[in-house]
Amino acid sequence: MNVLQDSLLELIRRTSAEIPDDVHRAITRSLEEEKKGTIAESAIKIIEQNIALAKSKSQPICQDTGSVIFYVECPVGFDQITFEETAREAVKLATKKGFLRQNSVDSITGKNDGTNLGPGAPTIHFHQHRSSDISVRLILKGGGCENVGAQYSLPNEKLKANRDLDGCRKVILDAVLQAQGKGCGPGILGICIGGDRATGYEASKQQLLRKLDDTNPNPELDKLEKDIVETANKLGIGPMGFGGKTTLLGTKIGVLNRVPASYFVSVSYMCWAYRRQGVNLDASGKIQSWLY
Amino acid sequence: MISLTTPISEAAIRALKVGDEVSISGTVFTGRDAVHKYLHEGGKLPPEVNLKDGILYHCGPVVIKDEQGQWKCVAAGPTTSIREEPYQWQVIRDFGIRGVIGKGGMGDKTLAACKEYGSVYLHAIGGAAQVLAECIKRVKNVYMMNEFGAPEAIWEFEVENFPAVVTIDSHGNSLHKEVLATSQAELAKYV
Ligand code: SF4
Repeated sequence: MNVLQDSLLELIRRTSAEIPDDVHRAITRSLEEEKKGTIAESAIKIIEQNIALAKSKSQPICQDTGSVIFYVECPVGFDQITFEETAREAVKLATKKGFLRQNSVDSITGKNDGTNLGPGAPTIHFHQHRSSDISVRLILKGGGCENVGAQYSLPNEKLKANRDLDGCRKVILDAVLQAQGKGCGPGILGICIGGDRATGYEASKQQLLRKLDDTNPNPELDKLEKDIVETANKLGIGPMGFGGKTTLLGTKIGVLNRVPASYFVSVSYMCWAYRRQGVNLDASGKIQSWLY
Repeated sequence: MISLTTPISEAAIRALKVGDEVSISGTVFTGRDAVHKYLHEGGKLPPEVNLKDGILYHCGPVVIKDEQGQWKCVAAGPTTSIREEPYQWQVIRDFGIRGVIGKGGMGDKTLAACKEYGSVYLHAIGGAAQVLAECIKRVKNVYMMNEFGAPEAIWEFEVENFPAVVTIDSHGNSLHKEVLATSQAELAKYV
């Protein structure tokens, strides 16, 4: 048996079936916040039951097992081609076993060959570093929440958003308002200020690799992150958009340089079914430890 | 919690209002993007798919065959409904559907159709695939699997106590509209 393939299969299984602890804690906290006897409270209760059931049955938390996105940190000389081939096999196998839904569709013909393999499926980002460590992170990004993501070009006259942090705040809160409950809230925002249209969205997704309870090293961004969550939770959108206190569970903001002519704010929305896991692997591909 | 069992009468639907929690038992058929587009373009349903006084579920389930060759639904949460907004009113009208289960809400055309034909929009908990799969007691059949693939096919499920919230009723009310309006007004205070 291929050790790396087994490890990646286990990574996919666990990502699909188990919510990371940091996210689970935030959901549990939100249950205490919601008023007793409301439909918001009912919604969070069902979410909690679902998390427990998925874990005990080792079944997908949500049936939309999303886009499969790997982030690999690897040493110089790491065989990326073999990794990619193995990851593709693991995805195919995970689909057969029901850890992933048959979820990849040819954009032109609409055909779904049931393997979850195709152009861009899965997506693998490699990043080389000087250390000998190998880590693989995986995000399963659902479609419903991906659809409510948004990219703003500043200045935005309608929202009175200028090219500064206050402008960023305005467009981010607008994204929350527009999303309502449609992305299966309570949600988590990954945001990138700057970059171009492609790198901005890409970096906004990478923010979702951060733990919910971490602190942004940039104090201004840290303040903005907290402010967004606090303000969003005053809007009364609530779980599933039913009304209620918990609209966001977290917000993570990163920055890229931009060209003088552009100022993008890219917002990726992650649903409560925040499927994100990661492993450290040894040289043979065996799992050494879990990252979340 | 209000119990609804298929086939559902118009009176039972008219008695529902926005914010009611319901528990559904009986038969539901899944149908999502491909099915709606197909019906809109004049496609015909297989004769076994009887939606009259029934429930249509916006869902792309994960269904596998067990060792005995029986279908087993392992995950079955709702998918985003708004994508069916251009088609839903017509499907409600033509097939006599009493309830549409989905998530994220729907727009004015569906709201009007619910009012005119006596139907409701039922919001299930998005992402609660396992809790909802537990409510699916049996996979009775699947239709149009070859044409649409597993997530898009029409699955016939027998359900028991499937939980949902009425977010569009048959009296012209929409929780989605209400929450949008209040959250918009609220946001204006903070920006
Ligand atoms: S948005 Fe998330 S929880 Fe909702 S259906 Fe999609 S993947 Fe599932």
